[in-house]
Formats: sequence, C-alpha cells, structure tokens
Amino acid sequence: MPYIPHDEEETAAMLAAIGVDRIDALFDEIPQHLQTFPQGVPEGLSEMALAREFEERAAAQPSLRSFAGAGAYAHHIPAVVPELIGRGEFYSAYTPYQAEASQGTLQVIFEFQTYIARLTGMEVANASLYDGASALFEACLMALRLRPQQRSILVPRYLLPHWREVLDSLLPLQDVRCIELDADPQRGTVRLPAQAPADAAALIIPQINALGLLEDVDALQRWATDQGLLSIAVVQPLSLALLREPGGWGESGADIVVGEAQALGIPLNGGGPYCGLFACRRDMVRQMPGRLVARTRDAAGRVGYCLTLQAREQHIRRGQATSNVCTNQGLMVTAATIALASLGAHGLREAAVRSHRQARSLLAALLDLKAVRRPWDGPFFNEFVVRFPISAVQLRDALLADGILAGVPLAELGLGEDGDLLIAVTERVSDEDIDDYRAAVGRILEQ
Amino acid sequence: MESIFDLDHHREPVTADLDIPAALCRQHPLDLPNPSELEVLRHYTQLSQRNFAIDTHFYPLGSCTMKYNPRIAHRLANLPGFADIHPATPAQAQQGLLHLLWDLQNGLAELTQMAAVSLTPAAGAQGELAGVAMIRAYHHARGDFQRRRMLIPSAAHGTNPASARMAGFTVTELPTRADGDLELAALERELGPDVAGIMLTNPSTLGVFERQIETIAERVHQAGALLYYDGANFNAILGRVAPGRMGFDVMHLNLHKTFATPHGGGGPGSGAVAAAAHLEPFLPLPRVQREQDGRWRWLGRADRPQSIGRLNAYAGQIGVLLRAQAYLRRLGRAGVKRVSSYAVLNANYLLKELQRVGYRAAFPQRRASHEFLLTVEDLHRQTGVRALDVAKRLLDFGIYAPTIYFPQLVPECLLIEPTETESKATLDRFVAVMAQIRQEALEQPELLKGAPQRLKLGRLDEAWAARHLQLVQER
Repeated sequence: MPYIPHDEEETAAMLAAIGVDRIDALFDEIPQHLQTFPQGVPEGLSEMALAREFEERAAAQPSLRSFAGAGAYAHHIPAVVPELIGRGEFYSAYTPYQAEASQGTLQVIFEFQTYIARLTGMEVANASLYDGASALFEACLMALRLRPQQRSILVPRYLLPHWREVLDSLLPLQDVRCIELDADPQRGTVRLPAQAPADAAALIIPQINALGLLEDVDALQRWATDQGLLSIAVVQPLSLALLREPGGWGESGADIVVGEAQALGIPLNGGGPYCGLFACRRDMVRQMPGRLVARTRDAAGRVGYCLTLQAREQHIRRGQATSNVCTNQGLMVTAATIALASLGAHGLREAAVRSHRQARSLLAALLDLKAVRRPWDGPFFNEFVVRFPISAVQLRDALLADGILAGVPLAELGLGEDGDLLIAVTERVSDEDIDDYRAAVGRILEQ
Repeated sequence: MESIFDLDHHREPVTADLDIPAALCRQHPLDLPNPSELEVLRHYTQLSQRNFAIDTHFYPLGSCTMKYNPRIAHRLANLPGFADIHPATPAQAQQGLLHLLWDLQNGLAELTQMAAVSLTPAAGAQGELAGVAMIRAYHHARGDFQRRRMLIPSAAHGTNPASARMAGFTVTELPTRADGDLELAALERELGPDVAGIMLTNPSTLGVFERQIETIAERVHQAGALLYYDGANFNAILGRVAPGRMGFDVMHLNLHKTFATPHGGGGPGSGAVAAAAHLEPFLPLPRVQREQDGRWRWLGRADRPQSIGRLNAYAGQIGVLLRAQAYLRRLGRAGVKRVSSYAVLNANYLLKELQRVGYRAAFPQRRASHEFLLTVEDLHRQTGVRALDVAKRLLDFGIYAPTIYFPQLVPECLLIEPTETESKATLDRFVAVMAQIRQEALEQPELLKGAPQRLKLGRLDEAWAARHLQLVQER
C-alpha cells in the first residue's frame, strides 16, 4: 500500500482496541447511500511506471531558449538553491505557528523581509503573498483601508495585462473600481491627468511597464503626493540592483511596494509557484496583509523569531481580518532568500548588468534587419518591444523549430500591433544565442 | 544563530556602462552582504536543522493533514521539461504539461463528483474566495442581486468568513449543537431571499461527520441558496464520499493537505475549485481543455465569458499541481480509498488510546473522522495547565504540537490528526508521551508551564515581539 505502513496484524489490533471488526464500520455515521467508490479514477501505478509517464510527458515539450518575459524570466538559479530547498526540514515543515520548533523557517522569513526591505528601500516587508499580481490586489485593498472614504485605484494602461485582469476579477467584489490612465502613444509611458479623480485612493506605478519601458518614477511619485494619493510601486526585484529603489522615488518615496520575486531563484514552472513580495512604510504595518515575522527572545534572553501582529490575520480576526490569506509562499521565499544570499550584492548587480547589456546587443542585432524597428524607444532594463513586418505570433511559432521562444506577442496581451513582440533577455543569454536568434529571424523575414 | 547579514566579504564593485538615464538609477550601492557559497550552504543547512518537519518529526496537527510528501512527486515536478516552461509558451509547445493538468482536473472532478475543475487558485483561501465569488456570479447572472449574506457555522475555519467578506458578503454565524452537528432550527430561521449560500466543512472542524447534510442541502436549495464545501477535511472521506453527492454546488480542495504536496514551511498551497454543472461557466480561468483533435489548450475569457476571471498572473501553482497529480496517479482507485480508511482508523485508534490514559474527548459519543478534539479543561481546572502548555511540552519529546484553541467553541482544546502515513508504533509512542505529560501536569505543572525545556530556545515571547516590532535586521 503506497505510503501506508500498517500490516494486517497491526490493523486488527487497532480495530480491536476501537471495538469494531472492520474499517468500514468506522464510517457508520455516514449514510450508506452516500458512500460510493470512484470508478472513474484509473488504477494506481508503481513508482517506476509513474516516473516513466511523467518523463514521457516532460519530454513531449521542446526544450526552448527563452526570450519571453512579461512578468516571468529565465534567470540563472544558483545550484545551492534547489539543493537547499529540497531538504526535508524546509520542504516538509509546517507554517511556523509553533515558533520554538520552527526557528529555521522563521529566520529565513526574517532574512527575506530584510532583503526585500533593503532592495526596495522600504522600512518593512512581509513574508510574501501568492504572486506579484495577487500582491498588487492586496496592496489595492490595503490602500483602501488606509483611505476608507475612497473607492477607486488609478491603473496605468501599460500595467501587465494579466495583473490588471486579477484586479478586474477581484476588486469589483468589494465595490472598488480601476480607473485607467492613458499612455503617451509616442513614449509608451504614463500620461498624467491634471487632476486625480475625487474618489481615487492610490496610483499604481509599474517600474518596468508592460512594454519593458522605464517610467519617470520621480514625476509619478510627486504627482501622487501632490494629489494626496497613496502610491503602489510595482517592481521587478532583480532590476533594483540597477534601478532606483521605490523608497527613494520623488521626495517622499513610494508608500507600498509589490512585485514578482520569481526572478530570484525560482524556476519558471509554467507559471507557478512564484512569490509575491510586499513592502510598505512602517506606520502602515497594522494594515498589511499576510504573515510577518519579528525578532524576539525567550525567558533567558536568547534571541529567536516568531510570527507577529497575528491579530490582523484570518485565524484570529476571522471576518474582520486584513485578508483571507492563510499561507505565504514558504518554500519559494526560502528559494529567493538563498538566491539573494548566494548572489550577494555583487552577483545581483552582475546579473542585472549582464541582462541589460545582452538585451541591448540583441536589440541592436534585430534593428539591423530590414524593416524591423522599435515602436517605443525609451530606456529599458532587459525587456523591449520590436515591431516586425510580419505577425509576431507567426514569427514566434516559426522560431520554435529553432529551439527559441522568441518572446511574447503583444497581441496576445491585448496590446500593440500585430508585428509587436515583447522580448526579454537575461544573463543566461550568450552572444551565440543572440546570433542564433538574429539568424533565425533573418531567415523567416527573407521567406 | 548568526544572520546572513553578518557574513560579508568585500567584492570589487561591478562597473557598467548603462544605457539608462542616471535619474532612474540607484544612487547608493546595494546594502546586501556577499557571503561565500560555502557560508551560504552552511548557514541555510544549519537553519534547516532548527525546524521540525514531517521528514524528521510526527505532526499530529489537526485540520492540516501533515502526511508524508512522497519524494517521487518532488523529483518528477522538477523535471526540466516542466520546470523550464515559460508561462507564455504557446500551447503546442507545452502539450505534455497540459495533458497532466487535464488528467488532474478529471481526477479531482471524479473524486468530488463535480462537473468541472479549475486548478488556478493558489491556496485554499483563494479557492474559497473563488467559490463564493462564483456563488455571487451565479445569483447575479439570474438577475438576483438581493443575496448578500453568507451563512457559516461558528466553528468554521477563519478563512471562511474572511473569504466571504472579500467576495462582498456579510456573514451570519450559525450555532452548533452539543453533539457537534449543526443547529438546524437556526439554519431554517436564517434562510431567506437575502441568503446567497452556506459554507460547510464536512467532516466538520469538530472532527465529526455532519449527519444532517442531506437535509441541510435540501433546505438551502429550497431557499434558493447554494452550498459551498470547504475541502480542508477531505482526507477523511477521500475515495469514499463525494461532496457532489452530498448536495454541494461548489468547493475547493487543499492539495497540500489531501494530495500530499509539501507545506514548505507555510506554502505554496494549492486550492483547486470544483463545481457542479450549473456553476461551471463561472469557474476561474485559465483552465485546460481538450480539443476535438485530441490536443490541449488553455481556456480563456472568450471561451467562458461568465467566468469570475483570473486570480493570479498565470495558471496557478503548477509545480504543486504536478506533485498532486503524481500522488493521485501513484495511488489510483484503490489507493485513494485506503487513504481515508487508514486516516480514520488512525484517528479513532488514537482517540481511544488517549481516552484510556485519561484524556477527555470533546465529543465522546461520536465517531472520530480523520481527526478529533480533546479538551484539557479538567486539567486546567485542577492544575492551571493549559492546552498551550501541553502543546509546548510535546515539543520536548520531538513531537510537533497539535492545533490548539481551534475551534474556539470548545475550551482548552487540542485538535489531533495523525494521518494515514503514520504507523501504529508512532501512535503508541505518542500515547505514551501524552500519558507522561498528563502525569507531569498533575505532579509538576510548572514543568509544563515552562515548556519547552529541551529545545535550543525556551518559550518565545510573542508579546515582546509585538511591542518592539523588529521586522527587519538593523544595519
């Protein structure tokens, strides 16, 4: 019996102790007609047969060099990361409610909170939320708790569309609406109105926007401050090795910062599990969603860690909690923390610089091709849009045969024109990869 | 233990020619340490050793189903063919993955006897939010905008009222009878044209099966409301009783409980939602669909315009879903039924044995499900020892603490769930330890009040933590 240790003798002894003659008798409080056997579930497999099935499925998909981004990136993962997070003591541990038996997990989270606070330039960070998009949703709700008279959030047109969809699914349930801010068609960045709508609580500022472009974050932060709005920064943490941290935007800095931490040691995994980061000003901490770890001590004065401000959370506050969230991305937090530690300040900057440099090289190589141009030409970190004279979907599909995932067609995100392809480059991209990409595109365009 | 921020070595700064305006760039160098790789490995290995975990300790943790996490599932989910897939990969280049997710959708639909499944919710709480949002969307689609109230038993998980509120409902709590079943008269009193639905866990959080479930379903449906099933306790009935047959309309499953995916120190969870046919159009997106030509693709908004929409940037915790599918495939038809059989056997055995050594069941007249509630109110009255003290003392014996003070309606309670993957020998040792702790409580209550005594740290001061609020390492 897979994973069940009992032999017949033990089972019999246990039944005798209970005072019944068979296991089915233990279900005697459940009406008999409700007890049905799941005929539609297939027979079980041996571990060998199971492995074969999964290995065949895994082999069914081509191995691709990824130039796709739009919120998920193929960065290098240091070997120590999977090695350590596969340790049973991390992998199979529970939520650290019993602090004395969970110091490993708790200290990892405390270090994660510190890393995120330092990267973003904010005072406090939490133990993570499901992913970047759900962290943004929670940030919007937090902004509304801080501004209870307001009912809307200002959302730039070039926020990642999948993230926008999450807001559109969940915010209206609480009668909150998104008000979209136009983009400057030439620049591809936010165009600010003279006046914020009267019922707006916060402005979302994505630094890097959905076109890969960098926004003038100081101007956006200043406008938010002038209009009496809270600001919610959306960041890509690896880019913060180069870009100005949100805590330093404008004069006052951002109020809340969220982002997707997948780029830090977490595999692409087809879209999850990822890790939503969440940071804010210290005076807002009681309105924060999600778990928080604090340093503390025992009776002998020895330093340890425990969950704190749990009265914000659903298991204490129930219907009045700041959020229904009951998990954090524990193991992914562990991965991100260990990746940050292995890279260090030095390695992070190296990865960021190389991503940026290789992105510039690929862009230059592509712009060299006839009839290929860049529709928005502002500064970028590692992701940019190129407009091809043919459909980007067609081009992307054609390059699969070369083992290249060429990017994300903007049309699939509901943005841009048919020929627009959003291309992301990480430090893993070699000069040879760039040559191969260019050659493959050149070949398609010549056909 | 030292912090990673204490392990730093000087590294020459990386100079770079950036094509980014200086105003957008970081003005000060990153204030992060540069430990050596060996230091990193040692630091986190040593931290891991300061955890209890299923791989090292018994976890009789009620409502959490801390069962063994099979290693084969971990290995298979990490195959490069899955781990390296970018979420924007076109469907034709991820057929193997979509096939497995499709199989999982079908397996879960079969086990729950529901019409369709969406795998996207990132955790149980997000599954709940999806489910109640679907109930709202269902009523709205019928032009019924009056139903703003959700009924929830007072003993429910805290996520239930929190999720209902996030979906825009007000919450009315329903009382429980002394025998653990729902107070039917209260339900009938509350039902009306303003009630959208009821959220139930069955077996309930009290560790007993709600025997009136069919009557409840009938009354709720007669009143035009729907039933939500919280799948936290599905391990008790896996392969044996299906929520769809009990009359539930929509539900979530905690894959990190029933389907053996790891808790990972607090996540990632995964909270698939399953729905009866009338709620299928509202399931969250994306979902996997099999086409006429036998190929798989993601369903989107254009396919399901009534969907409550997207909950996360992508399709959910796919790495977790693969582990759940590996587990389900390994167990198969006979294996899933054995799970509930032995989970319930272990719980009832443990309950009997703990009663034998002097502990009191909160519902002694009832059969335990996969978990059961004890109360140490008697010990508390006699000795001042509380459930918290018993829990902390268990840590000294290398056993993780049961869930305590939940559900709140039973004073000084311990909610105990052994799961099917623990052997009789482990359970017998637990009983022996619990007997000793009871003896200690009667003879040396101070020993328990000062527990844990044998770990690296004594009881940590949560009040101090909240007062000083040191949430990040100072520079």
